[in-house]
Amino acid sequence: MTEVRYDQATRTYEGTDIAAVNSLNLDIADGELLVLVGPSGSGKSTALRMLAGLEPLNAGTIYIGDRDVSNVRPRDRDIAMVFQNYALYPQLSVAENMGFALKQQGVPKEERISRVRETARILDLTPYLDRKPKHLSGGQRQRVAMGRAIVRQPAVYLMDEPLSNLDAKLRVQTRTEVVELQHRLGVTTVYVTHDQVEALTMGDRVAVLKDGILQQVDTPGTLYHAPDNVFVAGFIGSPAMNLVDAGDARPLKIGEASLGFDGPAEAAVGNGAGRVTVGFRPEALTVGDGPLRAKIRTVEDLGSEVFVHLALDHQGQNLALVAKMFPPFNGEPGDTIGLQITGTTHLFGEDGSRIATTSATLHSSATLH
Amino acid sequence: MSNADAPITVGERRWVNHALGAAAWITGLVFFFPVLWMVLNSFKSEQDANTSPKINFTPTLDRYREVTRSAGGLLSFGEAFTNSAVIVIVSTLIVLALAIPAAYALAIRPVHKWRDVLFFFISTKFLPVVASILPIWILAKNFHLLNSRQALIILYTGINLPLAVWMLRSFFQEIPRELIEAAEIDGASLKGQLTSIILPMAAPGIAATALLCVIFAWNEFFYAVQLNPVKGSTVPIWVTTNISTRGDFLAKLSAASVLACIPVVLAGWIAQKRMIRGLAMGAIK
Repeated sequence: MTEVRYDQATRTYEGTDIAAVNSLNLDIADGELLVLVGPSGSGKSTALRMLAGLEPLNAGTIYIGDRDVSNVRPRDRDIAMVFQNYALYPQLSVAENMGFALKQQGVPKEERISRVRETARILDLTPYLDRKPKHLSGGQRQRVAMGRAIVRQPAVYLMDEPLSNLDAKLRVQTRTEVVELQHRLGVTTVYVTHDQVEALTMGDRVAVLKDGILQQVDTPGTLYHAPDNVFVAGFIGSPAMNLVDAGDARPLKIGEASLGFDGPAEAAVGNGAGRVTVGFRPEALTVGDGPLRAKIRTVEDLGSEVFVHLALDHQGQNLALVAKMFPPFNGEPGDTIGLQITGTTHLFGEDGSRIATTSATLHSSATLH
Repeated sequence: MSNADAPITVGERRWVNHALGAAAWITGLVFFFPVLWMVLNSFKSEQDANTSPKINFTPTLDRYREVTRSAGGLLSFGEAFTNSAVIVIVSTLIVLALAIPAAYALAIRPVHKWRDVLFFFISTKFLPVVASILPIWILAKNFHLLNSRQALIILYTGINLPLAVWMLRSFFQEIPRELIEAAEIDGASLKGQLTSIILPMAAPGIAATALLCVIFAWNEFFYAVQLNPVKGSTVPIWVTTNISTRGDFLAKLSAASVLACIPVVLAGWIAQKRMIRGLAMGAIK
């Protein structure tokens, strides 16, 4: 049983005042695959390196199981790490790379060989055991890096963007393999990525970081459907959620159309609630008939779905929106069409936190007055 | 190459390439000529060596026999060679033993104020050698190290150490950090990281550094002649003993010089492949 717990864990790099990871509190369950995701500079890799023992903590504690490992050397933490560039030892063969940790632990040669062979079999690396890393393809190197971690049977796997050097097709395929492997092995895993699609598809839970501060940690579904704040709302999902600064006037307006909500939401964003940001996903926006007039900028037809990029005037500013439609879609760039919100709408307050999630309808302003 | 439509830049015209190639050959030959002249002279009789240059002569190994024959009381080739070998090998080994940990502390786990430390190392090279000879001579005398191998071992270690630290540091920096971190996580102790990751990866650089130390120490003349004129003398001093005030000595001196060059050329040739890789590796950044 190996849980991992960050307790107020903080890391500030020398020569800076701002913490790269700021008072991180995070509980990772035994056998869970937790993904740390965020834009570059969000502190996700630093958080992982703190767990690995490669970055010291300036404050707080990290537990692996019941053990406080804050001041334990990396090699005594019983962890294995997969690096972004794989970090394979170039002068050692695949077998030696995979057996390196076992050798350091003093595992007898017989057992070492059998464990390396077994792992190689799982990862289809058996034909390459005698090769040097430079004679392998990117995908094979990635598997060797995985194998080097697996063969150790550690308490926790740490993965730092292990798929980002693979081409798109191989990345998608390997993603599934990693998840299957992790479920089979049942070892607690912390996985870092900047790719939110990877995060959503792989994670049992996903922790979103920004500027060293944990924004939200939840299941992929919850992150998508109930983001805690504007940042998570905008970061999770592709294309991103439409976020409109609707200002502090009431009723809330997008362009020339007014927004109407059900009772509780209306109260939550009533007068005095300050500036409100309205968020709705591309699939919640319908193009065709509606009170909000917009111009089509581009149409991306992906076959199974069509993304329609739209432009409209909103409080004197040019506002860009995206709608997800199902084919066939007949609009052309330059056409002026009507928009209506037909799905879930999130309302975020001045501080960016979500104050309501509701269904909303756009009304032509003329009908209200 | 001779595509008329393509824009022509320097070096793309064929005749420019030929001219540059010829210039390079001429320059190379000009530099090589004294060496060739020395080697040819070493196989001539003194008489042949001292007349106007001629290509066809009867080659002889007599000069080599003369210079290597030990004459009683005088510095012999064998003695000088042994002194040089001991001094060069021991000082180079000490340099590596000190410079590898220093480079580790400056590249892989930088100590506090590592820039200052690095500057300090190179600043020891600022003083002209000749300006330091008096205090060094007095120190050597007071510690009874004049005319001893120890004096030169200490000096050559000191002379080569800053260079070695700088070179090794840049080689160590080339080792990807992740490899060392991976080894750390994989359970390698500091010794394990050094022996299984860092040293094997930096081997070309270490070889290049060692070779430069060997060359500098082998060729050093100034300190050697000041501190060890009588005993513990090295090969460069032995070469000069073949200059005599009576009679011709050009062929003998040439033979002695060739002998003095051979170990360095040999070491360079053996290490050539590794050294070029090493120097290039350090030069990239």
